[in-house]
Amino acid sequence: MKAFLAILGRDLRLSLGSGGIGLPVVFFLLVATLYPFAVGPDGALLAKTGGGVLWVAALLAALLPVDRLIAPDAEGGVLDQYAVRGVGEEMIAAAKITAHWIGFGPPLMLAAIPASAMLRLDGETLAAVELGLLAGTPGLAALGVMVASLTAGLRRGGALAGLLMLPLAIPLIIFGAGSIGDFGGGALRFLAASSLFLVAVAPFAAGAGIRALRE
Amino acid sequence: MRGGRVLFKGLNATLGAGDALVLTGPNGVGKSSLLRLISGLLPSYAGTVAHSGRLALSDENPALDPRLPLAQALGYWAGLDGTGPAAVAAALDALDLTRLTNVPVRLLSTGQRRRANLARVLASGADIWLLDEPGNGLDTDSLVLLERAIAAHRAQGGIAVIASHQPLGLTDAQAVALKAAQ
Repeated sequence: MKAFLAILGRDLRLSLGSGGIGLPVVFFLLVATLYPFAVGPDGALLAKTGGGVLWVAALLAALLPVDRLIAPDAEGGVLDQYAVRGVGEEMIAAAKITAHWIGFGPPLMLAAIPASAMLRLDGETLAAVELGLLAGTPGLAALGVMVASLTAGLRRGGALAGLLMLPLAIPLIIFGAGSIGDFGGGALRFLAASSLFLVAVAPFAAGAGIRALRE
Repeated sequence: MRGGRVLFKGLNATLGAGDALVLTGPNGVGKSSLLRLISGLLPSYAGTVAHSGRLALSDENPALDPRLPLAQALGYWAGLDGTGPAAVAAALDALDLTRLTNVPVRLLSTGQRRRANLARVLASGADIWLLDEPGNGLDTDSLVLLERAIAAHRAQGGIAVIASHQPLGLTDAQAVALKAAQ
């Protein structure tokens, strides 16, 4: 538990220090700002499609810090030092997932409030988006760390991370955007289930990825 | 085994409290791989490594956050090792790094970084030190500090396994010269 908290604290400090929290939020807001420029100022159309746009923006924002999650630690020998100390790879992965989520999940939920104003979402839709983000972002964080551990050893791993992560995030996008409209309750449950599944599986997959990096 | 190639075979050594082992051999023969094997980072193709006591590894990676002041960067690992700031201060003192306590790691020179790397091992309080070319980039004064630190560690019953090209002034250390396997 001590190691978990230490790794969590270190990763949070690193993502704060390198602008890791600000960047996804700014990106998210930027997408929300650009979208009305692209489709025109038709309030009804914006309100109808805005929720889905927010979900796509959230997914892309979660993708931004992926190349900084594992690769620097692998190159700097930090992961080796954890291993020498007998810290389990699954524990490292779980701590990194938690730190990654804290770094972009709650900030994104805050940023969704001004973003929803720009997309003319009503209060009810905003509440659905917030609830969906709360359920879905842990899954996105788990997916991010999992993909980061698999691509850390590769050159240009960042570009490949996008290719790997986006298809795997399709269920989260479908159920996330689906939770906004009518019959949202069922989609929200599916969203929570897929998110929970990813959170449960990712520490083991990412742990195996971290172990494979040592070879 | 590295990349489908057998590095060495028929290696056997036993170390007790206070012992030291010096690995020598040409570049690429597998000294670093042997240290990684002992530390459990690499699986052995054949044979076993057994140890009791905690390990500390110093290889070419300092594993210290470049932005942090030196003492804080070392303190992270000391915290994980359960030793704390006093051990960090003692390690910094032993390697003559005390005046760099508040300097960010990224500003350190090669030799200073090397000493910071060794300070991480010193501060860990581990029983078994695995040092990969610890004397690389160190000036003569620092080499004396390193030798003194290893001697003090062994005097307290610690074990040191050292891969080094430079002759380090170690008293009654075992030596293994690795030769490329045919």
